[in-house]
Amino acid sequence: MGTVKKYFFNDMGVMVGRSMRHIFRSVDTIITVAITPIAMMLLFVYVLGGAIQTGMDNYVNYLLPGILLIAIASGISYTAYRLFMDLQCGIFERFHSMPIARSAALWGHVLTSLVSNAISVVLIIFVAIIMGFRSSAGVLPWLAVVGILTLFTLALTWIAAIAGLSAKSVDGAVAFSYPLIFLPFISSAFVPTESMPSVVRIFAENQPVTSIVEAIRALLSGQPVGNDIWIALMWCLGILIVAYLFAMRAYKRKAV
Amino acid sequence: MEKAIQVNGLQKSYKKLHVLKGIDFEVEKGSIFALLGSNGAGKTTIVRILTTLLKQDGGTAAVNGFDVATKPDYVRQSISLTGQFAAVDEILTGRENLIMIARLRHLTNPRQVADDLLKRFSLTEAADRRVFSYSGGMRRRLDIAMSLVGEPQLIFLDEPTTGLDPEGRIEVWKTVKELAGGGTTVFLTTQYLEEAEQLADRIAILHEGKIIANSTLEELKKLFPPAKVEYVEKQPTLEEIFLAIIGKKEDE
Ligand SMILES: Nc1ncnc2c1ncn2[C@@H]1O[C@H](COP(=O)(O)OP(=O)(O)O)[C@@H](O)[C@H]1O
Ligand SMILES: [Mg+2]
Repeated sequence: MGTVKKYFFNDMGVMVGRSMRHIFRSVDTIITVAITPIAMMLLFVYVLGGAIQTGMDNYVNYLLPGILLIAIASGISYTAYRLFMDLQCGIFERFHSMPIARSAALWGHVLTSLVSNAISVVLIIFVAIIMGFRSSAGVLPWLAVVGILTLFTLALTWIAAIAGLSAKSVDGAVAFSYPLIFLPFISSAFVPTESMPSVVRIFAENQPVTSIVEAIRALLSGQPVGNDIWIALMWCLGILIVAYLFAMRAYKRKAV
Repeated sequence: MEKAIQVNGLQKSYKKLHVLKGIDFEVEKGSIFALLGSNGAGKTTIVRILTTLLKQDGGTAAVNGFDVATKPDYVRQSISLTGQFAAVDEILTGRENLIMIARLRHLTNPRQVADDLLKRFSLTEAADRRVFSYSGGMRRRLDIAMSLVGEPQLIFLDEPTTGLDPEGRIEVWKTVKELAGGGTTVFLTTQYLEEAEQLADRIAILHEGKIIANSTLEELKKLFPPAKVEYVEKQPTLEEIFLAIIGKKEDE
């Protein structure tokens, strides 16, 4: 209906404003999505970094892409949590029985996920700069980095949507993200894969995080990116599409 | 006159569980209609179908003349749902909850609407506290207030007083009566016979997937055998009528 379509952006704005309030009022969320990654960065750079041989003289430069991915992976677990709580407490049904763009109830969470992760990414980059992160990259490589991170966030957000829409308990809604948070540790995010035992190394070199981290690292340091960027994009897009389809199926099961 | 709700032959199953086995009823505009049934009778299922949250398997339902299955957008323009469990945002304050709904209803003066409703539901003092600190009765009041934003013509209240203390229950009753006094149609479900007796112009009893009675309280009372003259004469309560009807059906 015309009026419903006309107000789509208004409705989305209300939804996003609401979940952003949820984020800023939850100390727990802020600690997990911003403080923890920053603390991890401090720990790796100032405690462990001296012992890690990366072949790059600036360890912050080496580390930053992986830290960003960890922050995003923690961030989307809260997307699943918020979605689950909305379904649980009946507010989702209230929205669905109102004359609003129906999809706003779901897409509001997706947009919030993008906005809030963008905020934590910017915050972490800011701290990294204070810690000595430097990039020689121009505008285009930075745009490519923004693009990859956005796709990565969207892909994980739709995985979070599946969890939030189909979980039976809060723990179930959040638990799916733990493996995602751990993936960067078994990748080239913190140490080069060459130092790993062969089985681990094979896994590390062929899982999505490594190619994404390598692509971002190369873009930021002005190195040739090679194939990594395409493999990274394929991973992000592939996960995004599959997760979106499954999330939509779970959504249809919940809503008429 | 056009009816607020018209339901014909409504059927619904969850897998093998046949919950609604052909439901028919009508609700007059401006009246209070109570759907009475025990826990698990299918009251919420009917509310969910009428509020476009669930599709029926058979039969038709129209709300304000619009078919719920084919014209859900039109149905949603004129209704408001207060679900069985208070659907409020616990992290926001009471005021923010109301303003949010007013924005979603695209009203021009969300703050004013929120202020008025807070006052009307005696929530002004708690307006700027987060809802998770509210009592059960306050939550329910906020929940109903949120449903009144934008003055919908038809309000669904699914067991509005379940879980409330007697004081909270009386407050909700007062609100419902005021609503109907202002011309709003109220469709409410309840497990409490007394509640239906107190509020409703018309009472329908849902039992084992069918409407087994649908009339005014007076007519319902007539269905019952005349009061027995015992030591003191006692009017049959709705509870007795209910049991009598169920008893008769099961004897058939
Ligand atoms: N989504 C569902 N899936 C399976 N069974 C359900 C579902 N919703 C309700 N039921 C069952 O249908 C019956 C009627 O439920 P409901 O309409 O909620 O009853 P009431 O609101 O009168 O208590 C109950 O036996 C309930 O367990
Ligand atoms: Mg119910």
